[in-house]
Amino acid sequence: MKILILGAGQVGSTVAESLVGESNDITVVDSDGEKLRQLQDRLDLRTLTGNAAHPSVLEQAGIADTDILLAVTQSDEVNLVACKLAASLYNTPTRIARIRGADYLARKEIFSADNFCVNFSISPERILTEYIVKLIEFPEALQVLEFGGGKVSLVAVRAFEGGSLVGHPLSFLRTHMPQVKTRIAAIFRKDRPLTPQGDTVVQDGDEIFFIAATDNIRTVLHEMRRKVKRCKRVMIVGGGNIGCRLAKALERDYQVKLIEYNKKSCEKIAGELTHTLILNGDGTDEKLLKQEHVGDVDVFCALTNDDENNIMSALLAKQGGARKVIALINRSAYVDLVQGGKIDIALSPAQVTIGSLLTYVRQGDVAVVHSLRRGAAEALELVVHGDRQSSRVVGRRIDEIDLPQGATIGAIVRNNKEVIMGNHDVVIEAEDHIILFVVDKAMVHKVEKLFQVGLGFF
Amino acid sequence: MLRTLTVIHALGLMLMVFSLAYLMPILTSLIYDDGTLNDFVLTMVWTLASGILMWLLTRRYQSELSIRHGYLLAVTMWTAMPAFATIPLLLVIKDLSFTDAYFETMSGLTTTGATVLSGLDALPPAINIWRHELNWLGGMGIIVLAVAVLPLLGIGGRQLFKAETPGPMKDSALTPRITETARNLWLVYLGITIACIVSLKAVGMTWLDAICHAFAAMGLGGFSTHDANVGYFNSPAIEFVLILFMLLAAMNFATHFLVWREKNLRLYLRDAEAVAMITLILSSCLGIALFLWWQGTYPNFWIALRYASFNLVSIATDCGFNSVDFNQWPTFAPMWMLLLSCVTASSGSTGGGIKMLRTLVLFKQAGREFRRLLHPTVINPMKIGGSVVANNIVFAVLGFIFLYFMVVVSLTFALLISGLDLISAFSAILACINNAGPGLGVVGPAGNYSVLSDFQTWVCTLAMLIGRLEIFTVLILFTPHFWRR
Repeated sequence: MKILILGAGQVGSTVAESLVGESNDITVVDSDGEKLRQLQDRLDLRTLTGNAAHPSVLEQAGIADTDILLAVTQSDEVNLVACKLAASLYNTPTRIARIRGADYLARKEIFSADNFCVNFSISPERILTEYIVKLIEFPEALQVLEFGGGKVSLVAVRAFEGGSLVGHPLSFLRTHMPQVKTRIAAIFRKDRPLTPQGDTVVQDGDEIFFIAATDNIRTVLHEMRRKVKRCKRVMIVGGGNIGCRLAKALERDYQVKLIEYNKKSCEKIAGELTHTLILNGDGTDEKLLKQEHVGDVDVFCALTNDDENNIMSALLAKQGGARKVIALINRSAYVDLVQGGKIDIALSPAQVTIGSLLTYVRQGDVAVVHSLRRGAAEALELVVHGDRQSSRVVGRRIDEIDLPQGATIGAIVRNNKEVIMGNHDVVIEAEDHIILFVVDKAMVHKVEKLFQVGLGFF
Repeated sequence: MLRTLTVIHALGLMLMVFSLAYLMPILTSLIYDDGTLNDFVLTMVWTLASGILMWLLTRRYQSELSIRHGYLLAVTMWTAMPAFATIPLLLVIKDLSFTDAYFETMSGLTTTGATVLSGLDALPPAINIWRHELNWLGGMGIIVLAVAVLPLLGIGGRQLFKAETPGPMKDSALTPRITETARNLWLVYLGITIACIVSLKAVGMTWLDAICHAFAAMGLGGFSTHDANVGYFNSPAIEFVLILFMLLAAMNFATHFLVWREKNLRLYLRDAEAVAMITLILSSCLGIALFLWWQGTYPNFWIALRYASFNLVSIATDCGFNSVDFNQWPTFAPMWMLLLSCVTASSGSTGGGIKMLRTLVLFKQAGREFRRLLHPTVINPMKIGGSVVANNIVFAVLGFIFLYFMVVVSLTFALLISGLDLISAFSAILACINNAGPGLGVVGPAGNYSVLSDFQTWVCTLAMLIGRLEIFTVLILFTPHFWRR
């Protein structure tokens, strides 16, 4: 596929990196030549320096035969104009724009075919905020991802000594709580995937991915870890776009304290938030943290723009007694370094948000894509079409499907309401939404092919 | 000096317009044939002539009015107009001193409603209409002063209404021009007044009484055509209608205007002042009614509620009607009512006192201080109705409230020196500076201000003026900096 990416910032370069390995022709446009050079040194793609909203630049970048336009520059306006131009001048089939401004997102008609012609709009800040909100809602989990319109969730959790499942084989789960439907999709032990079998014994420190109906998450979580009390107090460091959005999303249900270094931004945030306590200070100042009782904090989120500061303040908070600490880390090298150490969760914004972009890039009818384990694994929600003749999936039992090694069917959402766990004897029907877990991204392509409808369907 | 002449030029114009106001008593006099026709025509001619004379003589000094002119004009207007308004009273009512007449007209134009006259029932209808019209005109003047002029001057945090208007006003500046805003507000004022007249007539008043009481209610003045005030009618329906319109008049007229323009009643809920005012008044009514019932002042709760709510709303909104002698109630009740009169009325209404907006600012400032003590690094700007109030406005409000209490204290001392008892002195000053009307003790609802000596009357007159013009406007004239170039 020919993909044109506008903007080589965090989002643009991550998505380029992720797509370049899947045999796509990628062109990246940015006004900053230096950024492009760095990108080109690492990846096999074409770059072009120029203003992404100028038709001449777009033409040079080869928009005429582009399949997908990804407008992910820093500026909403440039992204909107680029999509409009692509639609009206070049008939680009799929146009995706990154939109940050809440004002634009509030008026859906802006994106319609009569106006800016944006097929899909994504807002990385919003996705990231929702992601963190989920983590705060389930403080035991490492990751909570939704599928099937929120009916099914995939949860990552680290098994700890004391959880009732630890030291038992997986089949124990079914006998222990037969009324709750859940399925273990994957287990990572010391960063290596295990194929979950009925006799796999869960060990202390395993990273377990399980799929369950969203309502049952809490029950299943308690199997993995000791019961923990609900989270009440949240402390956020960094009042930027993400910190401020998060505080706004949380301030009704939690006691939120927000620490921001810049006094001017403090005043601006204070105008927008009502219940949050806004403190002007340095998130790495242990005196300030202590004075604000960091020891009583349930979730501590370090969300500034500076990776090092985030790591440091998260470490200080953990040492000061915060129950769970989350640090926002842009550099992928740091993410691997930090995750699983003292810092409970190292969040890579690019990895969190890339899934929403991949959804539109993947072939076949893909409803949701979530990138897992720093891009190594993937969870997909696929919609199956066709019948027994045209599809290699429909009308077959799960154990009859020729799934590549390392891919598991976790659950099925039927008719948008019924949640079926992916046991081996379930028969797939047309229009089912299938939630698949793929431990190695290299296999995604094979899975996509498998689920595509054969030519006979058309 | 030249500045003063410029102001006199403008004042001349104002007086010419003001002379038109005599048409209403002239008309009344024609209808009722009460023998005051000549007096009013004479006064109208005098006022018009003085206006024209002032205007012509100072024509050379005509120039654009600056902010300083604004202060001076506001004060001279509110002192000169009552002076001219005394003429018919002095002509018609024999043995009325100028001091008392001036107190009466000042009380009318500042919408205070305190009276030195007795035998109101026997006064010629034209005189009564004239007194009430002063209430109504005063209310009209103060709305424009409060909504259109004072914000430009920024008195005591009044610029809240200019750039950072809280709540509903923020997303829709009323209209771009002051004159347009003023016209719209007057139309709203006029509309509500007509509704009030019709409602009062419908519940049993005569046309004359309905017009007079509607004027007094809308201006939150509180003059009545009867010595027994509203108690004369002894009608729960009339009391209810008056409560309703007093509450309307105590809200910001800019909010009324927006509600009318947007056809959306929800806007009242977004006006932080209106919400706070209604909450405070409702809870106080219930509380005082329970208190009076418990104290045995009234035999049952419903009677207590009827009297408590009418008198409490009337005093709290700075109107000043009364239906019983609440001076006889256990001291807590009238004292609480007097306290409410300081804080309840909204800015941009016809009521007086500190205003609910400033009260809210004060309370929130106290809350901010508490937070700052607990979290030394906290940033918590003050917010009213969802928008941030700048610190300099908070300081202006604090300054205003300090001056308010200083004025109350010093004028109370002035009355104490002249020999009045503490309760009467304190309540008279509060009632006058808040433009409420009746106080307690000798100036309570049963008596009136005629018992005061000349000196005491002048002190109260001054209190009314200072209170009506938001303190700073009057006091600034006494600072040397004002007169320096």
